[in-house]
Formats: sequence, structure tokens, C-alpha cells
Amino acid sequence: MARILVFADHHDGELKKSTLQTITLARELAGRVGGGFDIVVLGQGVGSIAQQLTGYGAERVLVVDGPAFEHYLAEPSSKALAQLAKSGSASFVLASSGTTGKDMLPRVAALLGFGMVAECTGLAGSGSDLLYKRPMYAGNIIATVKVNTPGAVISVRGSEFAAATESGGTSPVESASVDPGTPKASFVRFDGVKSERPELTEADVVVAGGRGLKDGENFFKIMEPLADALGAAIGASRAAVDSGFCANDYQVGQTGKVVAPKLYIAVAISGAIQHLAGMKNSKCIVAINKDPEAPIFQVADYGLVGDAFKLAPELAEKAAAARS
Amino acid sequence: MKILVAAKRVIDPDARIKLLPDGSGVDVQSVEYKVNPFCENAIEEALALKEEHDAEVVIVSIGPDDVTPTIRSGLAMGADRGIRVESEDAALDSDLVARILAGVFKHEGDVDIVLLGKQAVDGDNNQVGQLLAQYLELPQACFASEVKVSGGSATVTREVDGGLETLELPLPAVITADLRLNEPRYASLPGIMKAKRKPIDELSLADLGITDTALKVEVVRLEEPPARHAGVMVESVDQLIDKLVNVAKVL
Ligand SMILES: Cc1cc2nc3c(=O)[nH]c(=O)nc-3n(C[C@H](O)[C@H](O)[C@H](O)COP(=O)(O)OP(=O)(O)OC[C@H]3O[C@@H](n4cnc5c(N)ncnc54)[C@H](O)[C@@H]3O)c2cc1C
Ligand SMILES: Nc1ncnc2c1ncn2[C@@H]1O[C@H](COP(=O)(O)O)[C@@H](O)[C@H]1O
Repeated sequence: MARILVFADHHDGELKKSTLQTITLARELAGRVGGGFDIVVLGQGVGSIAQQLTGYGAERVLVVDGPAFEHYLAEPSSKALAQLAKSGSASFVLASSGTTGKDMLPRVAALLGFGMVAECTGLAGSGSDLLYKRPMYAGNIIATVKVNTPGAVISVRGSEFAAATESGGTSPVESASVDPGTPKASFVRFDGVKSERPELTEADVVVAGGRGLKDGENFFKIMEPLADALGAAIGASRAAVDSGFCANDYQVGQTGKVVAPKLYIAVAISGAIQHLAGMKNSKCIVAINKDPEAPIFQVADYGLVGDAFKLAPELAEKAAAARS
Repeated sequence: MKILVAAKRVIDPDARIKLLPDGSGVDVQSVEYKVNPFCENAIEEALALKEEHDAEVVIVSIGPDDVTPTIRSGLAMGADRGIRVESEDAALDSDLVARILAGVFKHEGDVDIVLLGKQAVDGDNNQVGQLLAQYLELPQACFASEVKVSGGSATVTREVDGGLETLELPLPAVITADLRLNEPRYASLPGIMKAKRKPIDELSLADLGITDTALKVEVVRLEEPPARHAGVMVESVDQLIDKLVNVAKVL
């Protein structure tokens, strides 16, 4: 029987939806290799996060709670996961491919001597012939890979998986003790981006703005009413972030966040392959661009050629009316 | 101070990737190689630190002879010397690259900072820096957008989900570069001339004491994702709303 550890990603006292998407892959993996999964919650004062995870069919929800985990740091977190994997004889360690998973999981892989599959988007085969799908070359190629070690560490691309729903039953919550060691790195500060809007990777609708919006003031003047009208999260191209229109947290693409909402509206974004890498699996894509030749139109379900400064406010007004 | 920068050459990130007919790999006939963009940020940061702290900057690349131009371009930007570790691309995975870099770190002896790109845009693995840090039991700061070094420690700002995080790392440490870390400089003509005379050491895996070359992760096959077909152009916002409400049913 294979054992699977699922790392629960949370921030500011809130569980991330990507954790539930990771659980979806864990369930599929458990079916393919035969076995069950445990969920691991690391942090300080994370009892309520653990409670939220008891209904998803995990055999246990393991809680590691203490000052060493007040702020996420790669060294103690990877040690904790590797120790729990070893003591529970787990052969798979999963986390979402957010920046925490990306930062921490390779260290877990090195500690366990396992290969790591980055940004897994699906599985194939079963038992010892298990195969993994993952994107390469900014999503222009899908690779099928195998892992030659007795276990694997997997970061999961959340946008490819539905969030798990509760499956009945209650998993026991157990507190686990680990030796986090003394990290060499120390936390100095976190400058968070505050927003009342849905999280970019969790939203059903994303509206994203590009360099064509000219500056930060115009970016928000155009994007906020559109987001308000659609209950959407706001995203941006790299050029918009680099030009200082908005914070790095908004960036969609190969280097930023990968999203697959029901509706993605790209406003004054040209559609470079690195941007497409982060949004081309959206269900419905709308592009507004004044250049009829812009590559974004090659992936858009609906394209509208024209000036964003005129069309976006009109769309905001009429979409709000259509939704009410 | 000594700074080691790991640089990879990748197929031109803006070129269309073609697969071999049997899907066993990428068709590399007549492709153009470029320095991985994130590695250029890593090189630039090392050179900025060199200007401030009088450091020696060593560029290391692992691969066949055609990675030498990647090292040369780092030397032309202003790095001091290069190391090429001989290997074939297909014989490498992230884990082996990290263990080779750990070998180079030990071979060099007195490295203070290892700078890498946060990811190579061919494999998009984003793991070599983190693996290396663990193999060397060093602190890491990945996805860096700002690096300051003083008095034996580095203060690094990282681009993470939800904002910016700042860490302090005692040296030696591993740092991986994000794109907003800096604007890589262009090599000057005198820089390019000088680079021709700068030394590039060639090492084998045996020189570094690496005998275990088994791949932990192996590519079985490659394929193109299903193409997304272009939809329709609409003439007005009213038409767009009509489509979103009645056809796509997303409003
Ligand atoms: C290694 C690497 C990683 C990268 N990662 C990312 C990433 O994660 N995400 C990302 O987005 N990019 C990424 N990029 C950058 C990418 O290559 C493009 O440079 C970037 O996406 C361009 O952003 P843009 O479309 O906003 O700007 P531009 O390409 O400048 O396009 C602006 C568009 O706005 C249109 N426009 C201008 N004015 C108006 C108007 N008034 N009304 C309507 N339309 C108008 C123009 O026609 C144009 O199409 C990466 C690049 C590299 C090398
Ligand atoms: N063959 C290589 N030679 C030198 N450095 C490499 C090589 N492969 C990866 N790297 C380094 O590791 C970083 C991250 O790569 P990856 O984890 O493969 O996405 C790259 O940006 C390089 O700095």
C-alpha cells in the first residue's frame, strides 16, 4: 500500500483552493497506485485550517504547529515534510505549484532521494508503470515523464484540477512532532498585496490588462470597473508589471500565475507565448486589442478590435446590466 | 568574495518548438540557442555585486561543447572565468545538474554566493537552485527581485504569491533570479574581445567525483497540446455580450 502526503497550502489564516485541487490529484494517485493519503498542515496556530480539511477522505490530518513555522521558510518546512514522509513510509509528497511548493518541494526531494515532477497536469498508467504529464517550453509541449526512484515528489498545477469536494466521514486530526532544526535563513518581512477581490488563481472570471493601458492610474481606472461588473480577479501581463502599473502578484504567464477561469478577458495584451502559457486553458477567452493582428486573437473565442479606453468601460457597463 | 553563476543555454524562447516525428525529443536541427533569460539576470546580478564588492565571478555551464558560447557571453558581459562540465543534454535531469553544481562548488572551495536562474525556459522545472541548496545544506532565496550583500550576509526580496517577502541569509547562500531582479547589460565590443582570452576550464563528472549518473526523472515522450482554435471576431460590445450570455453562457 502506497502512502501519500499532501501539503496544505494556506496564507494569512486562509486555506488555499489549490490545496483542494491538490487533493483531487492525490485521490486519483491513490486509486492508481493503491493506498491512501494524509494531509499535513504546517504553521503556527493552524488548528482551524486542519479542521477545514477533515472531510476530504484523508486517513489523517497531521498538524505541525509551532513557532518554527510561524513564517514559511524552506529549510524547516522541507525538513518537516521529509521527516513525516520517512516516519510514515510515504512514497509520494504532493503540494500545489504555488511559490511555496516550488520553493520547498525540491529540498524535500533531495532529502528523500526522490525525483521531482514539477507542475504535474495529469497521470497515466498505474502501479509501478505510473507516468506523469507536465508542460515544458511555456506549455507548448506536454511531456510524459517517469520517475525512477522508489517514490516521487510532485508539485501540482492547480488550474488543471477541480477542487475536491467533501467525501463524507471525518479524518482524525493528529499533532505530529518533527525536528525542524535551526534554519540558516531568517524571515525579515512580508509586504502583502491587499485586495478585496477574489484570488487570481481561484476566481471564476479574470480580467487582465497589458502595457497598452499606458500607466498604473489608467490600468486601475480601466480594470477595476470591469472587475467590479464581473466579480472578477484582476491580472496583468509581465510588461504591465515591469512598467510598474501593478504588483508582481498580478502577473499571469510562464513566470507568473497559471489560471484557467471560466472567462478570461485580455485587455490591451498582445498575447506573447509567455503570457499564453498562463491563461490559454481558460474556458472562454475574450480579447480586446486595437491591433487586429495581435497574436492574442489566435487563442481568443471572441475578439474585439478597438480602443480599450472606449470599449472596456462600455463592456463594464453592459456586462453589469446583463448580469443584474 | 567569489560568486558562482550557473548558466544554461536554451532554444530561443520565442521560436516555435518542433518535435521529432516519433515524439522522442525536440528537433534541434537548425534551432538557435540563447542564454536562458533568467540566467542572464543571474549573471547581471553577479556583475553588479562584483562592482560593489570586488568579487570574482565564475560562470559554469553543464553540457556539450556548444554551451561554450553561453559561457563566453557571460565573460563578455564582464565575468572573470568559466567552467564547462562535459555532459550530453539527454543525460541530465535537474537532480543531476544540482549534484554536478554541488561538485563544482566544492571543487572551487571558497564560493560565497551561487546565483542561478529561477527556471530554465526549456524544461520549466524550477528546481535546480533549491536542490543544490539542500545538497550543500545552504540557505536559499528563490525568485529574487532584489539582492543586497553586506557584512557576510545577503538580504533578498522574493516575488511570492500574495506579495514580496524579504529574507536574510548568512553566506554562503543560494539565490535564484527572477526577471525583475535587474536589466541584463549588453556585452561591449572590448568586452567581447577580452572574453576571448579569459580562461574556460573543462571538467568531467569524474573530475568532480560524480559516479552516480542515473536519471531520477526521465522523459518518455513529448507531444503538442491540443491546439486552441481561434474563435470569432465580434463587431461591437453588444455582440460580445450577446455571445457571452447566449453562446458561451459565462455571464
Ligand atoms: C523568460 C520570459 C518569461 C516571461 N514571462 C511572462 C509572463 O509570465 N507573463 C507575461 O505576460 N509575459 C511574460 N514575458 C513577456 C512576454 O514575452 C511579453 O513581453 C509580454 O507578455 C508583453 O506584455 P503586453 O502584451 O502587455 O505588452 P505588449 O506586447 O507591448 O502589447 C501591448 C498590446 O496592447 C495593445 N494596445 C495598445 N494600446 C491599446 C489601446 N488603447 N486599446 C487596445 N489595445 C491597445 C497593442 O496593440 C499591443 O498588442 C516573459 C518573457 C520572457 C523572456
Ligand atoms: N545544464 C545546466 N548548466 C548550468 N546551469 C544549469 C543547467 N541546467 C539548469 N541550470 C541552472 O538551474 C536553473 C534552474 O533550472 P531548472 O530547475 O532546470 O528550471 C537555471 O536557470 C540555471 O541557472
